[in-house]
Amino acid sequence: MAGLTGLSLKAALDGLASKTFSSEEITRDHIAAVEASSALNAFVVETPDKALDMARASDARRASGDAGPLDGAPLGIKDLFCTDGVESTAGSMILRGFRPTYESTVTSNLWRDGAVMLGKLNMDEFAMGSSNETSAWGPVANPWRAQGSNANLTPGGSSGGSAAAVAAELCLGATATDTGGSIRQPAAFTGTVGIKPTYGRCSRWGIVAFASSLDQAGPMARTVEDTAILLRSMAGHDPKDSTSINAEVPDFASFCGKSVKGLRIGVPKEYRVDGMPPEIDALWEQGIAWLKDAGCEIVEVSLPHTRYALPAYYIIAPAEASSNLARYDGMRYGLRVEGGNLTETYENTRAQGFGEEVKRRILIGTYVLSAGYYDAYYLKALKVRRRIADDFDQAWQTCDALLTPTAPSAAFALGEKSDDPVAMYLNDIFTVTVNLAGLPGMSVPAGLDAQGLPLGLQLIGRNLDEGTLFSLGSAIEKAADFRAKPQKWW
Amino acid sequence: MAIDAATVRKVARLARIAEPEERLEPLARELSGILDWIEQLAEVNTDGVEPMTTSVAMKLPLRDDVVTDGGDPARVLSNAPKSDKGFFVVPKVVE
Repeated sequence: MAGLTGLSLKAALDGLASKTFSSEEITRDHIAAVEASSALNAFVVETPDKALDMARASDARRASGDAGPLDGAPLGIKDLFCTDGVESTAGSMILRGFRPTYESTVTSNLWRDGAVMLGKLNMDEFAMGSSNETSAWGPVANPWRAQGSNANLTPGGSSGGSAAAVAAELCLGATATDTGGSIRQPAAFTGTVGIKPTYGRCSRWGIVAFASSLDQAGPMARTVEDTAILLRSMAGHDPKDSTSINAEVPDFASFCGKSVKGLRIGVPKEYRVDGMPPEIDALWEQGIAWLKDAGCEIVEVSLPHTRYALPAYYIIAPAEASSNLARYDGMRYGLRVEGGNLTETYENTRAQGFGEEVKRRILIGTYVLSAGYYDAYYLKALKVRRRIADDFDQAWQTCDALLTPTAPSAAFALGEKSDDPVAMYLNDIFTVTVNLAGLPGMSVPAGLDAQGLPLGLQLIGRNLDEGTLFSLGSAIEKAADFRAKPQKWW
Repeated sequence: MAIDAATVRKVARLARIAEPEERLEPLARELSGILDWIEQLAEVNTDGVEPMTTSVAMKLPLRDDVVTDGGDPARVLSNAPKSDKGFFVVPKVVE
C-alpha cells in the first residue's frame, strides 16, 4: 500500500500546499487502497475516473494559485447524499440505479472547496440501523477485530461505510449523517472521530430524508482537527432547507488545542446504566480525570428523562419516516413492481423494494399516526421530547458541556443483535437524546477494551457551540494519545 | 399484545406494503414487542407540556413566489421506470 493514505487530512492539505505531492498522487494512492478493500464492503460505488479528473483539476487550480480550503483531498461520501450523475441508493433496493440529476448542498460545498470524491459509502438502508446489517448491499466489516479472532465485527451504523473507510485509511475523511447516533456510534466502534453538529448547521437539501426533524449531516475523520476542517466546509446557511440556520460558520479548527481551563463539564448521573461494561465506566472516569487535569471543573448534573429518549425516538423517527418514505411509489424513479392495479403496484413495489427493518419502521410510524393512536403515541412522544430538551436547558445552568460514553459497548459481532430490534435500538441510548434536543455531539476515541477494540467518549454542547466541543475533543485526544490502528487483514 | 394480525393487515394496507398472510402473525409479535417497550412513556407527566416538533426556534422562512427551476423534462424523467413522449407512464387508474 502506498504511503500517502495514512496522513491526517491536515497533514495532507499541508503537503498539497507545499507541493510535496500532488492531488493526483494522493488520489491514486487512495484509489488503490479502495480497490484493495472489497472485503470490508465499505464502498458501494467507486468513482476512480471522476476522482482523477477532480484531482487533476485541483492540481491545475493550485498551480494557478486559487486552491480552496480542501483542495485536492480525497473523501468518501455516504450513499445518503445525492450526487449528480452518480448512483445514490441510500442502501436500498428501491433506489437501485437511481442517478440524481442534482448535487446535495453539503457535497456541493465540499466540491466548491476543492475536495475529490472517491465514491459512495455503504450504510444501513435509509440510515435505519446501528450495525450496517440492514443495507441492501450487505454489511460492512469493521477493520478492527478482537485480539486473536478472525470474526468480522460491525463497524456500527448507520454510517458504517464512512466509519470503516476512515479507519481503514481508504479516504482522508467522509461525510456521514446522524439521526439517533449514526455518526457517533460508528466513530466509537472504529476508533475514529465523528461530530453531529447542531441541527440546522448543515443543509439537508439533497440528503435522502429519514426523520427530517432529527437528520443532520456531519463529518468523520481520524483526528478532531480534521473533522473541524471538514465541518467548516460542509456547514452553512441554505435557503433550499427551511430548517437551515442562518448563523456564521466559525473557523472550527481554530478551537482545536485551545485551553479548556475553567470550563464546567457536566457528568449526567442517569448515564450510569445497569449492565454497562466496567471498562466503559472506567474509561468515562478516565475522561473525567483528563479534563480535570486540563483545568476543567467537573459537576454532576441530572437529565431525569434520559431513559425515555429511546422510546420517544422510536415513535417520532418512524412517524416521520413513514411520511418521508411515502414518496417511493414506483412511479417517478426507483423500482417498480407491477401489480393488477395501481394500489397493487404500489404495494408490490414497496414490499420488494424495502428491507425488513425499513418496513417495520414504516408500519410502526403508520400505526402511531393512525386515527385513534395519534394522541396516545405521537403527541405524547413530542411532549416527552420537550421534557428531554428542557433537561439539557436545566443542565446548561451549571455546566458548559457534558461528557458521557458514546455507546454502551464496543463493536459487536455481525448477526449478534439482528434478531432483536429492541436490543439493537439500545445501542443509541447515550446518543439519541442529543438528536431529540437538536444539540451538537462528538465522539472521540479514548482507549481500547481488553479485547483491543476501540471505545469512544461523547461530548455534548450547547446549541451552535461546536467550538467548545472541538476544544474539549482535542484536549481528550491529546490526553488519550490514541494511536492504535486496526491490523490490516482485508 | 398491543397489535394483532388484523391490525397489521390494516396498517400495511395504509402504508401500501404488501404483506403475505403468513407474515402477519410474526409481524404482530415483533411490533407488539416494540410498542410494549414504548409504553413506558406513559410514566412521564406531560400535563401542560407543549409538543416539540422541531429543535430550531425560528419562524419558517418564506421565499419569493417565483419560478426558480424547471423547463427540463428530460432531467425530470431521467430516472422514471417508464416514460413516453415527455410524460411519466403510470398504471391505468380510471376504468
